[in-house]
Amino acid sequence: MPDTLTSNVRHVRLGSNAGQPMTRREGLAKVTGQATFAADNRPEGMLYAVLASSGIARGRVTALDTAAALAHPGVVHVMTPANRPALSVDPDSKPTPFTFRTEALQDDTVRYVGHGVALVLGETLEAATEGARLLNPAYEPQPVQIDIDDATLEPAEMVGFGSPAASEKGDVDAGLAAAAHVVETRVDTPRQYHNAMEPHAIVARWDGDRLTLDLPNQAIAMSQAGFAAFFGIPPENVTLNSPYLGGGFGSKASINGPQLLAILAARELARPVKLVLRRDQMFGPVQHRGATRQSLRLGTDAEGRLTALEHHSIATTSRFEDMLEPASRASLNLYATPALRISHDRARTDTGTPGPMRAPGEATGSAALECAMDEAAYAAGLDPLDFRLRNYAETDPETGRPFSAKALRECYAEAAKRFGWAGRPLEPRSMRDEAGRLLGWGMGTALFPAPMFMAEARAVLHADGTAVVEIGASDMGQGAWTALAQIAADGLGLEAGAVELRSGRSGLPNGGVAGGSALTATAGSALFNAGADAISQLVEIATSDPDSPLFGVNEGVEAGNGRLHVTGDPSRGETYAEILVRAGRDRIEGKGTGARPESAGKDHAMFTHGAVFAEVTVDPDLFQVRVTRMIGAFAAGRVINPKMARSQLLGGMVWGVGFALHEEGIHDRRTGRPVNGDLAGYHVPVNADVPMMEALTVHEDDPYVNALGIKGVGEIGITGSVGAIANAVWHATGTRVRSFPIHIGALLAQSS
Amino acid sequence: MNLFDYVRPQTLAEAVAAGSEPGAAYLAGGTNLLDLMKIGVARPGKVVDITRLPGLDRIEPLDGGGFRIGAMVRNADLARHAEFAAAFPAVAEALLSGASPQLRNAATVGGNLLQRTRCSYFQDPLSACNRREAGAGCDALEGVNGGHAILGWTGACIATHASDFCVPLAALDAVIEIEGPAGRREASMSDLIALPGASGPGGPTLAAGELITALRLPAEGAAYRGHARYLKLRERTSYAFALVSAAAMLDIRDGRIRSARLALGGVAARPWRAAEAETTLLDTVPDDIGFARAASAALDGAEPSGDNAHKIELARRVLTRALSLAAAGTPGQMPALPASVFA
Repeated sequence: MPDTLTSNVRHVRLGSNAGQPMTRREGLAKVTGQATFAADNRPEGMLYAVLASSGIARGRVTALDTAAALAHPGVVHVMTPANRPALSVDPDSKPTPFTFRTEALQDDTVRYVGHGVALVLGETLEAATEGARLLNPAYEPQPVQIDIDDATLEPAEMVGFGSPAASEKGDVDAGLAAAAHVVETRVDTPRQYHNAMEPHAIVARWDGDRLTLDLPNQAIAMSQAGFAAFFGIPPENVTLNSPYLGGGFGSKASINGPQLLAILAARELARPVKLVLRRDQMFGPVQHRGATRQSLRLGTDAEGRLTALEHHSIATTSRFEDMLEPASRASLNLYATPALRISHDRARTDTGTPGPMRAPGEATGSAALECAMDEAAYAAGLDPLDFRLRNYAETDPETGRPFSAKALRECYAEAAKRFGWAGRPLEPRSMRDEAGRLLGWGMGTALFPAPMFMAEARAVLHADGTAVVEIGASDMGQGAWTALAQIAADGLGLEAGAVELRSGRSGLPNGGVAGGSALTATAGSALFNAGADAISQLVEIATSDPDSPLFGVNEGVEAGNGRLHVTGDPSRGETYAEILVRAGRDRIEGKGTGARPESAGKDHAMFTHGAVFAEVTVDPDLFQVRVTRMIGAFAAGRVINPKMARSQLLGGMVWGVGFALHEEGIHDRRTGRPVNGDLAGYHVPVNADVPMMEALTVHEDDPYVNALGIKGVGEIGITGSVGAIANAVWHATGTRVRSFPIHIGALLAQSS
Repeated sequence: MNLFDYVRPQTLAEAVAAGSEPGAAYLAGGTNLLDLMKIGVARPGKVVDITRLPGLDRIEPLDGGGFRIGAMVRNADLARHAEFAAAFPAVAEALLSGASPQLRNAATVGGNLLQRTRCSYFQDPLSACNRREAGAGCDALEGVNGGHAILGWTGACIATHASDFCVPLAALDAVIEIEGPAGRREASMSDLIALPGASGPGGPTLAAGELITALRLPAEGAAYRGHARYLKLRERTSYAFALVSAAAMLDIRDGRIRSARLALGGVAARPWRAAEAETTLLDTVPDDIGFARAASAALDGAEPSGDNAHKIELARRVLTRALSLAAAGTPGQMPALPASVFA
C-alpha cells in the first residue's frame, strides 16, 4: 500500500474493517419487509398514474377517447399532448450529459411500442388502468423497421458514452495475409431488457415549488439536477429519496419520460402521484441492450500468436437517439496483437432507445471475442487456455501503456486448477457423463475497465467517539452501503459498528453514479478521505494541546479503534472522545472527494481481469443444455467485503448463463410489439439452471488505480462467462451456435 | 381491468346459476384468469369465485384403483398425494414439471384443464386472433411462431395447449365431470377441447355456465404404474413451458408390451393422444427401434405451421426417449427435476 493520505501525518491503519465479510447492513430490514421501496410510499391524497402505451411502433396518434376514460368511475385526469403542461426543458434536448432524448407527450408522434401516449390519473390503480385502456388510441401508422438485419446501416462516430467507434493500430490486412490461420466468425446477440425485479416506480409530490420524489435511482445528484432543469426549479428544491433499489443494472441511472409525466401530473393536480410501470412496460420506455451483429477476423501465426484482430459490430439504436452498444471495444484491451482494428455501424430501428445494461459493450463484445478466440485456438491446434496465455498482453494493446496491475495469469491458474481443466481433450464430443450425456468444457477471459467518477463525502466525528458519514450514493441491492461503511470506518479509525452511514438521498454530498462498476472505488475514496480529513483535524487538536499525551508529537500519529497514538508506541495516546471533550468540541467535520487524478489515467491502463471456466451437459439427442459447473477467478484489486464481492461476481456469472442460454427480447417484425414481454416469456436463469458455481478472487495489489487499491466487481462476472458457456456447448456437441441465446432448435438444426 | 361484480356462491347450484349469466367467469386458483384480466384479454362482467364451494377439493380413491379428483384440488396437493402418485406417477411427474411451486400451490385441477393458450398473439389484444374474436384472423400465422402447433392445426388457429398435467390425462382417458344449467354430463379430454376447424379456432367446448367439478382417472390407467414417465423438453431447466413433451406409459408383462398409452404436449390445440402409435407397440418387445417407429407413427401427418419444423423432429425424439424411460421403469422416487432430461 502506498500512503493513502494527503495529510502529512500517517495516522490511519487501513484494513481493520475493509476485507471483512460483513453482512449487509440493510439485510434484516429487507428480509422482514421493513425496507421501504419507492412504490411502498403512499402519501395522503395520492393518485395512481397509469401510462397508456402505444401499440404501434411508428406513426401518429390521431385520436384518444379521453371522454370514455374520464367517464370511468375513479378516473381523475387524462394527460395527453393536447393538455400536457409545459416542461422547462424540451425532452428532446439533453439537459445533462447522461440524459437521453425522451418521450414525454411533447407531440402526437409514436416512436416505438410502449411509447407513452397519455397518462391517466385515478383514485385507484384499477380505475387508472381501465381508464388507460378506454383511451383506445387511433393511429396513423408508418412502416416499421424492427429487425437489425432489415435496418439501413450508418457508420457510427461514437459508441457508449462518448467513446470512439473506430480505431486501428498496425496493419490488420497485412497481419491477416501473413497469418498461418485466419478465423472469421460472426456472433449475433439479441435485444435484452434489464427487467430488474423492482420495476421503475416513482412517487412525486409538490409543496409549492419544492418537489419530493421517491424513486429508485442510480445517480442521485445527477438526477436531482436533471429533474430540477426539467421543472425550472433550483436543484436544492428537489428532494430525491432512493433508499433501496430492487436492481438497476443501468436502467435506473437516467431520467425517463414516464417519470416526468408523473411529476407534471402531481403539480397540475396538486396531489401526490404514484406511477409504477407494469412488467410489460419494462419492454419499451426504460432502455434495453441493443441487438448486435458482430464479425471478427483473427489471424494467428504458426505458433498460435495473433497477427491481427479485427472486430466489427452492428448494433441497434432507436430512430431518435444515438446510444450504441460499444461491443467491438471489448477487443481493445485484452489480447496482444500487432494489428488491431475495431469499428461499429449503427442500425436504426423503431424501438425505445437502448441504454447502458450491465457491462454495456463488454458483455456483448466479450461474448463474441471469446467465441472467436476459442475457434482460433482450435484452428491453431491449441488448448484454449494455452492459446490465451500465448497471447497474453503485457501492456495494453490499445494504448501501449502498462497495466496498473494485472493478475490475470493468477486468475487463469486458480480457476483452471479449481475447475480441473488440465487434460481437457482438444476435440469436441470427447466427453460424456455417467448417463451418456455430452459434456463440454469451455473458458473465457473476463475484462472490465476500472474507472472512477467523482464523489464527495462528509465525515462527522462526535465527542462520544461515534461518527456519522454522509454520501448521496445508491445501493442497487448489491451491498454498496455495507462496503462503503467499512471503508468509511477505516478512514476514521473506528469499528464499522460505530459509524452510521447516511446515504440514498439528495441533500447529502454528491455520491456520484452507481455505474461503471466504479461506485466502491469512487464513493469509497471520498468517504475514506473525509474520515482522514476529520482525523487530521483531530491530530492537530491533540498535538497542540499541552494536556494531551500527544502534545508536540511530530514524528507521526496513528489512528485506530477510536484512539490516536504515537507511531510505534501504542501506549502513548488517547481516545477521540478524550481529545474532543477536553477541547470543548462536540464534533469535527471532515470532507473528502473521490476521483482519479487525470495524470493517473494517462500513465496506466486500468482494468479488472478474470477467467471463467464452464462445464455444460447436453442431451445428445434432445439438445437441452445445462451449465453444470462454473468457476470464475477474478483479480479486482483490494476486495473490501468478500461476501458482497463474491455475491456480485456470482450474480454476473449467472447473468452470463442467462445471456448464453436464455435472455432474448423478441419483437414481432411487422408491428414491433414484444411477443415475450413478461417474465414467463422473457427467460432469465432460475435456480435449477445454476447447480454449481464458484467465484474466487485472487490477491492483487494495484498501487495506481486509486489510493485504496479498489477496482470494481459489479459487471465483470458477465464477461468471459458467456463465451465460456458457448465454447463449452461447442466442446460438448461440436456445434458452434453463432446466435445468442443458444436454443435447442439451433443445436438440432446444425447437428445433422 | 374492467369493473366487474364478484360473487362467492355457497352451493354448486348457486355457482352454476351465477356462472350462467352472460359475461360471467369462474374463478378458481386465478393463475390464468387474473393474468388475462390484467392484460385485457379476459373481461368478465362477473367473477364467480368457486374456491369456497364445498366438496370440490377431495382426492378419492375409486374401487378398482382409479381416482376421482375434485376440481378445486390444488396441483401441488395432487402431485404430493402419495397414493395417487403411486398409481399415476406420470401424472404426478407432469404436475411437478409445470410452472413454479408458488403457482402449483395456487393452480387447480379444474382450472388447469381449461387454461388458455400461451400464444402471444392470443395474449395481445391488439393482434388478430380467432380465438379471442371469431373471424378476426390469425396474426400468429406470419408471426413469431417457432413454438406453435405441428399437429391438428388449421389456418384458423395454430396455437398449442400449454398444460403438462393434461398430457398424461389425455393418454389415460380421463373423464371430466361437468355441472351445467342443463344438468350433469361427462366429457373426455378431446370432447372438452376442440381442435381448430376450417374456420373455427377450436378451444374449450364448455357451454355458458358449465363448470368442471371433478376429474376421474379410470382404474385401467393404474396398470401402467410400473412404466410411466412424462418428459418435457424446455429452454430452461425449470419454470418454462414445454417446447414439446410426451407422456409414455407401458404395460409390460413377460417381456412384451401388452398395451401402451402415449400423448404429446405442446404440439397441438389439445394434448395429443397418439393412439396409432400405441397400436404399433402392442405385443412387441420393448426396444429402441420399436419406440422410434411408434414415435414416427405419432408424428405422422405433422406439418409445420410456421417457423417450427424443428418441433416435428424434436417431438419424435422426445416421444422415443419417453418410451425408453418408461420401459426402464418408473423411478422409485420422484426425480429432483421432474420430467427433465437432466432428471
